[in-house]
Amino acid sequence: MTSTIGYISVGGALLLSLAGATLAFVGVRTGNPGMARLARRATYGVFGLATLAIGTMVYALVAHDFSVSYVAQVGSRSTPLFYTVISLWSSLDGSILFWGWIVAGYSAAVVYVYRNRHRGLMPAVTGTLLAVNAFFWLLLAWPANPFTPVWPVPADGPGPNPLLQNHPFMGLHPPLLYLGYVGMAVPFAFGIAALVTGKVGGDWIRAVRRWVMAPWIFLTAGIVAGAWWSYEVLGWGGYWAWDPVENASFLPWLTATAFLHSIMVQERRQTLKTWNILLVIATFVLTLFGTFLTRSGILESVHAFSEGLIGPFFLGFIALVMIVSLALVVWRSDELRSEPALDSIASRETAFLLNNLLFVAFTFTVLLGTMYPILAEAARGVKVSVGAPYFNQMSVPIALLLIFLLGVGPALPWRRGSPELLRKKFLWPTAVALLAGVILFALGARHLLTLFTLTLAVLATGLIVGEFWLPVKARRQNHGEGLGAALATVVNKNRRRHGGYVVHLGVIVMAVGIALSSTYRAETEATLRPGQAVAFEDYTVRLDSLYAGREPHRDFVEAAFSVGSGGSYSGVLRPRLNYYPMSTQPIGTPAVRTRPREDLYLSLMAYAQNGSTATVNIIVNPMVVWIWVGGGICVFGALFAISSMGFVAERFGGRKKKTARETPKPVEAGVGGAD
Amino acid sequence: MFKKILIPAAVTLPVVALLYYGMQRDVRTIESPLPGRMAFDFTAPTLAGDTLSLSDLEGQVVVLNFWASWCIACIDEHRVFIEADRYYADQDFQMLGVVYQDSPENARRWMRQRGGEWPSVIDPNSRIAIDYGVYGVPETYFISKDGYIAYKHIGPVTPQVMVKWVDRLLAEDRGAELTATDGDVPEGRSQGHVRQAPDVPVTTPESGGGRP
Amino acid sequence: MSLTRRHVAFALLTWLPAAAVPVPAAALPQEAKPGDAPVVEAEHDPELEAQVRELASRLRCPTCRALSVQDSPSGMAQEMKDLIREQLKAGKTPEEITAYFVDRYGEWILLKPTAQGFNWTVWLLPVLLLAGGLFFVLMTARRWVEEGRARATALTEDGDEGGV
Repeated sequence: MTSTIGYISVGGALLLSLAGATLAFVGVRTGNPGMARLARRATYGVFGLATLAIGTMVYALVAHDFSVSYVAQVGSRSTPLFYTVISLWSSLDGSILFWGWIVAGYSAAVVYVYRNRHRGLMPAVTGTLLAVNAFFWLLLAWPANPFTPVWPVPADGPGPNPLLQNHPFMGLHPPLLYLGYVGMAVPFAFGIAALVTGKVGGDWIRAVRRWVMAPWIFLTAGIVAGAWWSYEVLGWGGYWAWDPVENASFLPWLTATAFLHSIMVQERRQTLKTWNILLVIATFVLTLFGTFLTRSGILESVHAFSEGLIGPFFLGFIALVMIVSLALVVWRSDELRSEPALDSIASRETAFLLNNLLFVAFTFTVLLGTMYPILAEAARGVKVSVGAPYFNQMSVPIALLLIFLLGVGPALPWRRGSPELLRKKFLWPTAVALLAGVILFALGARHLLTLFTLTLAVLATGLIVGEFWLPVKARRQNHGEGLGAALATVVNKNRRRHGGYVVHLGVIVMAVGIALSSTYRAETEATLRPGQAVAFEDYTVRLDSLYAGREPHRDFVEAAFSVGSGGSYSGVLRPRLNYYPMSTQPIGTPAVRTRPREDLYLSLMAYAQNGSTATVNIIVNPMVVWIWVGGGICVFGALFAISSMGFVAERFGGRKKKTARETPKPVEAGVGGAD
Repeated sequence: MFKKILIPAAVTLPVVALLYYGMQRDVRTIESPLPGRMAFDFTAPTLAGDTLSLSDLEGQVVVLNFWASWCIACIDEHRVFIEADRYYADQDFQMLGVVYQDSPENARRWMRQRGGEWPSVIDPNSRIAIDYGVYGVPETYFISKDGYIAYKHIGPVTPQVMVKWVDRLLAEDRGAELTATDGDVPEGRSQGHVRQAPDVPVTTPESGGGRP
Repeated sequence: MSLTRRHVAFALLTWLPAAAVPVPAAALPQEAKPGDAPVVEAEHDPELEAQVRELASRLRCPTCRALSVQDSPSGMAQEMKDLIREQLKAGKTPEEITAYFVDRYGEWILLKPTAQGFNWTVWLLPVLLLAGGLFFVLMTARRWVEEGRARATALTEDGDEGGV
């Protein structure tokens, strides 16, 4: 019964998205608004059926209906309700169903929000999105059908992958990542629509802005949450391993970030049109590529699902998307050309070009490193590995240049930077940064790369603070406003820009956390008897007790450690090893005490079965918390920036767009002429 | 017009070809650099309590098998080893196990439960395993009479593999030339280490080809 | 040191099989009385440990997927780390130790491809792209500046940047 409902909804979604896509493109060709209207309704219908499908699956999971293949694969009567629900995305077929539902949701949302606007673009946008939908519903109807009936019905199932039910964060990290990943289909659809209709000018860029920002925010949050999950669950005290699947989530983030910057150039200077379209295409292709990596078993990875027909399907789709989109780009190449005018190389335009170059080089490096084992095997017939040491070495210089640029870029005016203005903006931050470098060195910072990173971070912070401070100062002088009022006025006048600067500050905070935690981490291992304590760095860690216990879905062995400094203990940490019925290896859960200055991270590595000793890995990890804080700042800044692109701004500010576009210039001129 | 198709194709094809190639290859088997080289000698305590050196077994074909009691795939191949041990009993053949990441008690219990008369050595620091470049269990090395590693098998050994290599090595006194590189590829794709192997019916290896 | 190490090894041996058999809760003391045993200093030779860490993070853990020996909690990786530490103490150079692992496991065990032969592609292509891109960006910016000059002379009255 459940299977039947699932089948009908999946099949219905497939047929409806195919029909809708056809109608939409017929509408594009004939210009018949009735077709576009029908395609819009089909989109709502697809979302309805997708919701029915996913609702059916959740119901089957919760009701332990093992006659449904996916439930038989990941369900278990002993798994707690929360993990039962989130096991929806813990395995292959379910995660594709989740993909399909989100892409249907995004499609319906775009089509609804723009039902009365962007009439030229929307039919093609709808058609492209429905075609993407059709691909996923085809996967779900055939090679990845989660609703296949199982006979005889098993009495119980194995439960989801132990790693995925080890921490409640699994309820947050994958959906965020999917929302980010899948959302990149929307800008892609706009890019294709711009090419198909030949409206490659500003309209699609204005329409697409928030539809890039929203998935970008989810993707950023998802990546940071994933790093946090690794840190809290995997037990090695790290947060980023350059695992192929981590890279796969990072790649579209890089190109999407490049796009967010380069559209500003197109908005201002009507150039980089081809480039912007290529970036949205690349972002979408990279999300498909990432999904392909995880679903085809092509690369070894801790996250990889198993193999099947899905790989060939994805590969075919990637090829189709690439060929069609690139052919469209080549076809429209004449209309995409334009040359703006600059007065000086030292301008924000140049900074944006460099920014895009760095992001693309970063993307290329990560992509090449990820794919190199395959390339090397094809060329040399030898299996090689490319891991963290390679990626760290290659990405650190690029990352440092980006940090430099994220401070310098905003300080450079559009078109031209006059020497006086540059001096005014750069003098103080540079002086402060150099001073900070000297002080840090005097305080004993001897790791040169970290010292350099911190100095750059101070410089970038100073430059960005200046972007807030100088206009605030001008406003206070000209209007006699108080500090708070002046800041509020300045920031609210251009939320997008200042939100972006907040994101930059968040990135700086993250960079500081990453630089310090990766170079000043201390680690040791100790085997203790109950009552025995070990002193390490400034800490004392005492084993109080070792005990075993049972939870519905797992057994565990836990050690209680009193931790403190000197002879006094200020808290108890309980790292544990979990034993799942279907796993041959125990899955550890480390215990972390987080403080602004450093984390104390304990992993239970081993114990004697008679309880006489426990072996603990002790890591003192400086400034890790600032990585999560920085991620939070990024998300906050981006939300603030997007708040000016929402309904309110579109409805009431839309009319003013023409004049509004002029306003940033006077502001900038005000900054320049404030002295 | 030609250019308009050529550019997208030129970009897409290499990418797709590379990914397609990637799907064809087997990520789990890694070519070992060891076949064709002398087997590394070791001396280690056996489960039975005495000491054994690999060099003591010179003149015999040694099937060196890394296993553990917690390894599911090892159960399947164990039946193959029992059959082979019986079948080659009067020839210069010696099964030798190395217990990998396991306690001697568990290993002894496992052998008692499942049978098998051959010795297994304990490898408490995994030094033998590291020396032999072991990735996980089960992994099996076929060593010639004069002490060369002829072939490394990753995953559970099938009767076919067993018969083929043991027969060849028994027929040949010098193992140096007899490596997997002389045109022989292992039958089928080897299985992942942890995953359950498909059920291979254990046959008496009379029909096994290749006996000269 | 060696006593502690053996303990670790032994403990590692015992927890692996423990996975198959559920841990009997009674086998472990529910609450052991914390005594007043003296605090021991962590075994910590920062220089040696840094060397071990550096080496171990460049080797791939053979039993895991895509994790380094340094980062892997698996027993095999722990023992590889012990081996590295032992060899370093015995006076072997990091190069010799790396060569040993490559000898037994093949190039696969290196997480950083050696810069030789075809492997140069993975090291040089990004640098070439960056260099070429930089050249391209500078050329583009210069072209735009020239465009600016040309327009400034053609339309002296129109300073609007949006006038394309």
